[in-house]
Amino acid sequence: MKVTKSTLLASAVAAIAGGAMAEEMTIVSWGGAYSKSQLKAYHEPYTELTGVTILNDDSSPEGVAKLRAMNEAGNVTWDVVDLEAADNIRACDEGLIIEIDPDVHLAPAPDGTPASEDFGDQLVSPCYIPTIVYSTTFGYRTDMVPEGVEPPTGACDVFDLEKYPGKRALNKRPIANMEWALLCDGVAYEDVYDTLETEEGVERALAKLDTIKDQTIWWSAAAEPVQLLADGEIFMGSTYNGRLFSMIVEQNQPVGMAWDWQMFDLDGWAIPAGLSPEREARALDYIRFSSDTQRLADQAKYISYGPARKSSAPLVDKHADLGIDMAPHMPTDPRNAKNTFVNNYEWWADYRDDLDAQFQAWLSQ
Amino acid sequence: MAALTPISRKPLSMVLPTVAAAGGFLGMFVGAGQGSALLGIVIGAALMAALAWVYITVLDNEGVARWITILGLGAVGFFFAGFTGLIVGLLSGWFFAFFIFWLYEGRYRQKLLPYLTGSQVFEHYLFRVICGAIFVFLITPILVVLPLSFNAQDFFTFTPEMLRLDPEGYSLKHYRDFFTNNEWQRSFKNSLIIAPIATVISVSLGTLAAIGLSQSHVPGRRAIMGILISPMIVPLIISATGMFFFYSDIGRFLEGTLGMDKNFVGYIKVVLAHAVLGIPFVIITVTATLVGFDQSLTRAAANMGAGPVRTFFKIQMPLILPGVISGGLFAFITSFDEVVVVLFVGSASQKTLPWQMFTGLREQISPTILAVATILVVISIALLTTVELLRRRSERLRGLSPS
Repeated sequence: MKVTKSTLLASAVAAIAGGAMAEEMTIVSWGGAYSKSQLKAYHEPYTELTGVTILNDDSSPEGVAKLRAMNEAGNVTWDVVDLEAADNIRACDEGLIIEIDPDVHLAPAPDGTPASEDFGDQLVSPCYIPTIVYSTTFGYRTDMVPEGVEPPTGACDVFDLEKYPGKRALNKRPIANMEWALLCDGVAYEDVYDTLETEEGVERALAKLDTIKDQTIWWSAAAEPVQLLADGEIFMGSTYNGRLFSMIVEQNQPVGMAWDWQMFDLDGWAIPAGLSPEREARALDYIRFSSDTQRLADQAKYISYGPARKSSAPLVDKHADLGIDMAPHMPTDPRNAKNTFVNNYEWWADYRDDLDAQFQAWLSQ
Repeated sequence: MAALTPISRKPLSMVLPTVAAAGGFLGMFVGAGQGSALLGIVIGAALMAALAWVYITVLDNEGVARWITILGLGAVGFFFAGFTGLIVGLLSGWFFAFFIFWLYEGRYRQKLLPYLTGSQVFEHYLFRVICGAIFVFLITPILVVLPLSFNAQDFFTFTPEMLRLDPEGYSLKHYRDFFTNNEWQRSFKNSLIIAPIATVISVSLGTLAAIGLSQSHVPGRRAIMGILISPMIVPLIISATGMFFFYSDIGRFLEGTLGMDKNFVGYIKVVLAHAVLGIPFVIITVTATLVGFDQSLTRAAANMGAGPVRTFFKIQMPLILPGVISGGLFAFITSFDEVVVVLFVGSASQKTLPWQMFTGLREQISPTILAVATILVVISIALLTTVELLRRRSERLRGLSPS
């Protein structure tokens, strides 16, 4: 009995120790279909090219908090992290991630345009390597649209309880909701953030949200509104456009898109500070590979998020499994982008804590 | 015996309201499903009371009545809700046909003691109904998961095809996903590596601690016991944060100074952290068995020349083995189910099954999680059954009757 136990233990230990010899890096992302698209477009070709094994860790939702803890403990286990623009700005300010020089560390476009120009406005922070443009937008149940009524077309329809009765789902945080509330209450697009800076502006936004509060389910994970829509629990709900795409096109659910005033946002890579020189070099090498023109265009074969490089746009192809054209499903497609709202990350980086507190207080009333 | 209790027919004034109440209860669920619970109650109660009245006063033939009710309700169910309705109708028809005559003939008293008063009989059955309701309350969430894991769609939804019991609505694809998806397989493997090793460590250390603490001459027993059990009392998130910083330092030492492999150190950290969480369970169960252990046996063994180690393995260990095993089971389940500590202490290469389920649930509500849950439920049932069978066998071998 004693002998078997210790032999087992020894062989298990040997198995673990032996299996870990190959070079490895941990890449942190959001999970689900998004991680899968990165696996197909970035990780698999990179492993084939270099032999580095890539471990995927779906911890991006608590990315900044965990980066902070790892930084304090001096125990950084992540090599590359996928972060939203606003999170990236915060982490960059705190020195949790390293700064990148786009023209040194990132590949130029195939025609030689330097990366800083190819990415252009998308480089919102010195630590940022944007990969995708996505949007938070609305999906609705096509079979629950009242008879004789036009289906909803955009964010403002969520406030119209008379025309479109039924439950809604919105994100349980102020970002996007506050902007939509003001915009649909008649504030001009250019004035939204100026209005939100004032006490009255915040009150006005919350008052607008008050009109639908008792019909709204607040979500905290993007998978929730998708599940609620699939169940027919809600009539319409906001979530990331890629989730709605996979629901409509890949899962054939009776759901339509209401694109108007979709909220644009960016997502991309960051490299944690405090890596050993060889790990940092490997992370930079990976980033250079995975943010080049072809790789960004490849990702769009698996998920309907637009590439962050200008030079990738013409290369966007058909869906890898279904063979449909991806362009009409991109948030950046002209038919979908008639009215778009560009999230002001810097504004949110300054006002987020304050508005978060007010919004949560309003929610619990 | 109780079976000799004479039975007699009961008055309609007692049968009809009871049947109506039961009918209303069932009608409430059917009605709630169709949109109006209140209407369901009224219709259910009226329908069942009417049936009971007809059967008792007009028909008075149990065999015929049973078939009429089963087929009638089955047909109604099929007409309104297809195949599922048919099954619900057949089952409720069978139940009500039985229930009406069971009440009317007074058969419910047959197995009870003859001198019980009416209210005592009522209490007897009320107790059973409440126990049944609690059982349903506890088990339903688990049972709901099982059919959903065979969903042909990627949502936690009972699709219309599923409710019709249409084979199209069911598929094994989520099970296939679990067995072919790298992420799931890797985390399953990690759980199978981490949990047993952590269990072995907790069982060895916990048993030793329990034996030591059961000696009356150990100073400060209570204080030591309190400290050892504290991982069970301190909120997990607090222990996890502390462990994160503590094991980061240990990990840096092992990696930097001793030059051990990064992944290997990662496993050591998670295994040790899980062992710490498992130890209190082992201490508690082993201490409880040690209360019934006769210390004169160890003295007798020593008297015959056995050393302490030999005494422990030959005398004490076999007698406290049930406690050690159940403590080990708890420790295993603690490690196998644990998500908070591993999220802090582990890195991606130590991702365990609960971690994968946690992120899967948050980021992508995929029924693969339900498939995994179903597999785990089956494994747990198999594990507990095996342990129970082994226990009975060993008791039989030792000439005790199973208790």
